[in-house]
Amino acid sequence: MTVKELAEHEGFEPVCLPEPERVIEGGYCGDLLSWVMGRAKTAQAWVTIMSNVNIAAVATLCDVAVIVLSENVSPDAGVRETAEARGINIIKTPMPTFEAAALISTLI
Amino acid sequence: MRRAACSIQAGSSETGSDMSESVRFRFNVDGSNFTTAGQASVQVKKNLRELGIPADAIRRVSIAMYEGEINMVIHAHGGEAEVIVFEDRIEIILSDRGPGIPNIELAMKEGYSTAPDNIRSLGFGAGMGLPNMKRYTDDMKIETELGKGTTITMTVRF
Ligand SMILES: Nc1ncnc2c1ncn2[C@@H]1O[C@H](COP(=O)(O)OP(=O)(O)O)[C@@H](O)[C@H]1O
Ligand SMILES: [Mg+2]
Repeated sequence: MTVKELAEHEGFEPVCLPEPERVIEGGYCGDLLSWVMGRAKTAQAWVTIMSNVNIAAVATLCDVAVIVLSENVSPDAGVRETAEARGINIIKTPMPTFEAAALISTLI
Repeated sequence: MRRAACSIQAGSSETGSDMSESVRFRFNVDGSNFTTAGQASVQVKKNLRELGIPADAIRRVSIAMYEGEINMVIHAHGGEAEVIVFEDRIEIILSDRGPGIPNIELAMKEGYSTAPDNIRSLGFGAGMGLPNMKRYTDDMKIETELGKGTTITMTVRF
């Protein structure tokens, strides 16, 4: 499924979608940036509660399809602009990480 | 404020035996600004893509360099990064004038970190940086002197 389709699915809400047609192929959950950095892969949906601007760098370097902020977390100030400029998609959801990941796994 | 500045240079390699052409990228890594941390790595990734470097090598360079760059910001008040692209490998040289690493063996252990709590709350300080750098590169050398600084040289072959 594309990032745009996930953003439109019930329970998810777009924060910014500069690359809406990117296809999601799997996912990774984690909040420790070094951990995510070494393990998340191209085209995955990265589910996290981390909201600071460094998630944009990690997402760029891992080339994930989308950052999914769980637990109703909102990005910190400036993150949306950075993500927009770098072509990083961000979606948010009130679901906890486990539920968000479980649902994404059935949708893709 | 000092921004991450990049200069690109093309020239032949310095090592006498290896005469292959190389491309160099140089960056200043700002040690006072967390919001720009990782900028040099992001730029290098872009440059390597444009040069047509294999995706797996770009990924390994990105991970290793990002960890090193973040370390310079967290632990060493910033520093300099240089990336040299050869025909068959990429060399990453990170140098800082920070406090140095007192015990390299300990620092290399997964989970070992001296990062303060405010850094941890940003998602850093998992103690995975140096181990990741070693894991994702073919060669890694740490030169460090207490009170003087640290230079880390990494090679990724492709
Ligand atoms: N450039 C550096 N200058 C001084 N100390 C460093 C440097 N890089 C790493 N260290 C030390 O090595 C430890 C382990 O580094 P690392 O594995 O990247 O974990 P982390 O950065 O999460 O603490 C750091 O906590 C720090 O004490
Ligand atoms: Mg580190």
